[in-house]
Amino acid sequence: MAWQEIGFIALEAAIKSILLAFVLLTAFAYMTFAERKVAALMQVRSGPNRVGPWGLLQPAADGVKALFKEEIVPAGADRVLFIAAPILVAVPALIIMAVIPLGPDMVLFGRPMRLAITDINVGTLYVLSVASVAVYGIVLAGWSSANKFSMMGGIRATAQMVSYELALGLSFVGPIMLAGSLSLRDIVVAQQQSVWYVVLQPLGALLFFVAALAEVNRAPFDMPEAEQELTAGYFTEYSGMKFSLFFMGEYIKMIAVSALTATLFFGGYLGPMVDQYPLLGIVYLGGKTLAFLFLMIWIRLTLPRMRYDQLMAFGWKRMLPLALANVVITAVALVLAQ
Amino acid sequence: MTAAPLIIFAVLAAVAVASGLAMMLSQNAVYSALFLVINFTVVAVLFLILGAPFIAMLQITVYAGAIMVLFIFVIMLLGGERLPAPQQRLRWQQPLAVVLVLALLALAGYVFAQGAAPAAVLAEPQDYGSPAALGLLLFTKYLFPFEFTSLLLLVAMIGVVVLTAVEERRRRLPRASRRT
Repeated sequence: MAWQEIGFIALEAAIKSILLAFVLLTAFAYMTFAERKVAALMQVRSGPNRVGPWGLLQPAADGVKALFKEEIVPAGADRVLFIAAPILVAVPALIIMAVIPLGPDMVLFGRPMRLAITDINVGTLYVLSVASVAVYGIVLAGWSSANKFSMMGGIRATAQMVSYELALGLSFVGPIMLAGSLSLRDIVVAQQQSVWYVVLQPLGALLFFVAALAEVNRAPFDMPEAEQELTAGYFTEYSGMKFSLFFMGEYIKMIAVSALTATLFFGGYLGPMVDQYPLLGIVYLGGKTLAFLFLMIWIRLTLPRMRYDQLMAFGWKRMLPLALANVVITAVALVLAQ
Repeated sequence: MTAAPLIIFAVLAAVAVASGLAMMLSQNAVYSALFLVINFTVVAVLFLILGAPFIAMLQITVYAGAIMVLFIFVIMLLGGERLPAPQQRLRWQQPLAVVLVLALLALAGYVFAQGAAPAAVLAEPQDYGSPAALGLLLFTKYLFPFEFTSLLLLVAMIGVVVLTAVEERRRRLPRASRRT
C-alpha cells in the first residue's frame, strides 16, 4: 500500500474520531439536561429553566461550575489510581461507539467511505471486551478513595457488572447466529434482508436491554451508587471535573448501549430511503437511540431500586438461564429452518 | 517482517516484559493485578498483529475483563492489598531462580540460533484466527482437550457450590454459641 493511501486512511479515521467524540460529549451534556427536564415533566415540576431560553444553557453552566470547583484528593487515598480511575471510566465509554455503523457505505469526494469509524469483523466482541474493561475505573475509584462506603460501592459494581455481563454476552449470540457474522455492519445488513431482529428475538432483545441497564448502573440496577446506603458509593470522594467524568462515562455508555440495542435488534440505521441518501441513516439511528434513552429515563423515574441480593439472584437465576435457553432455541430453530 | 511491524513488536514486547516484571516486584497486590492486566492487553495486541482479532478480543474479554476483575474483587474484599515482607525462609530460592532463568534463556537462545521455528509458523493458513476456523479446530482436532477442560471447570464449579452450601447450612443451624 502506498504511503499516500495510508495517510488518507489515517486522516479519515482521525476526522471521524474527533467528530464522534465531539458529538458524544455534546450529547452527554444534553443528556444530563434531558434527564432533569424529563424527570421534572413526569413529576409535574418545571426543572432547570433559568440559564438561557427554556434553561437550554444549563449544561454549559454546570460544566463551568465543575471546572472551577476545588479538586480534593483525600489524605489516605492512593493518589495515582485516584486520578486514573475517572479516566478509566470515561475512555471505554467513548471508544465503544467506534464499531457501530451509522449508515450504509457512501461516496465522498470520489472516495468510498464507511459511516462508522471502523468496521472490524469481530465488532460485537470488541463491544463486549470494552464493556468488560470499563469496570476497572469504578472498582479502582472505590478502592483508591480510602473510604469504606466508596469501597462497598466499588465491590457492588464489580459483582453486578461481572454477573450481568454473562447475560449481556449471551444475548448478543442470537443476532450473531441469525446474521452469521460477528460484525455489527453485517448484522444490520442481514436485518435489511429479513426483518428487524426484535421480531425473531423478542426475548433476546429484552434480555439485552435489561442486562445493558445493569451494565451501565442505571435504575433499577443502580445499587453501586445508592445514595441512602452508600452516600453515593464509589464516587463519594470525588469533586469537580473528576466527578463529572464519572457522569460523562455513565451517560455516554447509556448512549452507546441505546445505539447498540437499536443496531442489534431494531435495524440500526435502516429506514425508508436510506439506500439513496446514506446520511439519513444517522438520523434514523439517532432517532432510535433517543427513543431508548427516553425509555431509560422513564424506567429510572418509575421503578424503585432493587435490593442487592435480589439483584444478584435476578442476574444469576433468571437472566442467565433465560439467555442460555434463548441461545439453544435460536440454534435449534436455525437448524430446523435450513 | 518489514520495518514497521518489527518496531511495533519491539515496543509491545518491551511493555509486556516490563509489566510482567513490575507485576512481580510490586509490593501492593492491587498494583500487581493491574500490571498483569496491562500484560494481558499487550498480549492481545500481539494477537492482533498476528492477524487473529478473534483471539485478541477473547483475551481481553476473558482475561483482562473477567478473571482479573475477580482477582481485584477478592483482593479488595479480603483487604489483602498490603503484602507482607518477603519471608526469610524462602531466601534460598533466589539464587536457584537466577540459575533456572539463565538455563531457560540459554535453551531459548540455542533454539533461536538453530533457526528451526519460523518454518512452522509460515505454514498456517490465512484465516487461522477466524471464529469459524477456531471453532472447527476445537470440535475436531482438539475435541478431547476441549471437553476435558470444560469437565474440569464443571467439577470446580460444583465444588464451589457444594462448599458454599455446607457453609450456608452451618450458618442457619440454631446454635447457642452463634447467637450474639
